[in-house]
Amino acid sequence: MFKNLRLQAFLPIVGPIALLLVWELAITAKWVRPVLLPPPGETLGYLGQSIMSGAIYGDFVATLKRTMYSFFLATVVGVPLGIALGSNEKIYRSVEFLIDFFRSTPSSALIPLFLLIFGITDVNKIAIATFAAVLLIIFNSAYGVMNAKKTRVNAAITMGIPKRFIFKDVLFMESLPQTFVGLRTGVSMALVIVIVAEMFIGSTDGLGHRIIDAQQVFNVKEMYGSILITGALGYGLNLLFLLVEKRIVHWSGKV
Amino acid sequence: MTTVLDLPAETGTHVTIRGLDKSFGGAVLYKDFNLDIPKGKIVSIFGPNGCGKSTLINMISGLMSIDAGEILFEGKSLAQTTIGYVFQNYRDALFPWMSAWDNIAYPVKRSGKSKEEVKNRVEELIALFEIKFNLNLYPYELSGGQQQTVSIMRALAMKPEILFLDEPFSALDFEMTLFIRTKLQEANLSTGVTMMIVSHDLEDAVFLADKILLLTRRPTRISEFMSFDMAKPRAPESVSDPEFIKTKSHALEVFQREMRA
Repeated sequence: MFKNLRLQAFLPIVGPIALLLVWELAITAKWVRPVLLPPPGETLGYLGQSIMSGAIYGDFVATLKRTMYSFFLATVVGVPLGIALGSNEKIYRSVEFLIDFFRSTPSSALIPLFLLIFGITDVNKIAIATFAAVLLIIFNSAYGVMNAKKTRVNAAITMGIPKRFIFKDVLFMESLPQTFVGLRTGVSMALVIVIVAEMFIGSTDGLGHRIIDAQQVFNVKEMYGSILITGALGYGLNLLFLLVEKRIVHWSGKV
Repeated sequence: MTTVLDLPAETGTHVTIRGLDKSFGGAVLYKDFNLDIPKGKIVSIFGPNGCGKSTLINMISGLMSIDAGEILFEGKSLAQTTIGYVFQNYRDALFPWMSAWDNIAYPVKRSGKSKEEVKNRVEELIALFEIKFNLNLYPYELSGGQQQTVSIMRALAMKPEILFLDEPFSALDFEMTLFIRTKLQEANLSTGVTMMIVSHDLEDAVFLADKILLLTRRPTRISEFMSFDMAKPRAPESVSDPEFIKTKSHALEVFQREMRA
């Protein structure tokens, strides 16, 4: 039993190890030219070096900062707006098409438009990432309120709770699980757009800039290393949000 | 339309319903419906499916609008009356973000009472219901019966004048039904709160009732407003008492007559 449990604990790393093995195999079997794909050991070594020397630090922080600024703005605007729209279904229905349309439009398609408005600035990158994230947050918060359990609102009504408290104590709390889904997808979306923006809107720093720079000069180890760091950042943010979500909306999925 | 002026309420009446109209999409459910609910008594509402049992208590409790008519609580309006409501689906009625204790305390807190008063009120209810389980748990960590007990305690927290219960037993097992039946009876006897219970189980309906309201099919009228004066408190064995059986079978007879009608 003990042995079994110990083996089970290793299950999550089976996939990554298999990937590294296939990667290694692809190189030893000469399926891919090493100039396009360096061996995993070397790539990870190079990545380790970049981390140890702090070379990647500036870019990492720049990307993280932009993502966090965008996410913060999107949250501050999106959550109250979503809740307000959700609690008035008539208003939501009248703007639903706009939200759904722009939510379905890849935000990267709007980069040229944002370039016209904001120019090649940092503000532009943050603005477009905010725009992408805010729609997801509005949509989820609004639906969280609209799908609030009618019975809980009714319970509060029969208790004689004043309307503003029903809003704060019941509707807001009811919307939280769905709001957190919006925040989690929103932060991932913000990161995606920040990376794209760093690649194509004249940047001097950021992981997106680092990846495209490395590719331009054919520094493939650098490129793969930066891709892995970007992936780790996205994964870490998602994990962080899942943990926070589990703590705050502890009842989600249990009722 | 009938009003209290044409049809005064009997003495000892708590809720007076006069000239109540309610239709759903053109289908008439209630038309010039009059009813007196006696104060401090338990009234069970029983009738065929779709006759609007829940609709009736939802209209009285203000959860549903009425098309016409008046509903008065000893001459007062609903806004001037403290009510309690216990829902069939306790899972959807309790607040999962609060512990069971906080759920019970919530209406009292929001009414502006001090921490001390809130605590005392919850302690009173804990004593009345002889709660043995941990109220610091969240509702979803409790069994169904415990959750329904918590929602009844919450509904009683504000010392309502009238308590509405919409099929409170339908999601409970037999053991919990017996327990909650007993506790509701105790709450009624010790506080004198008027209760209106919608039930689809005739035994539950008769067990608690001082009055049994038997309704017809739509458009809904009163088929019979039976009195059931068997001594209280009634024990679980009371259901085998000849008086109980007689009342239950009479109610069943009326019900079946309405089913055929």
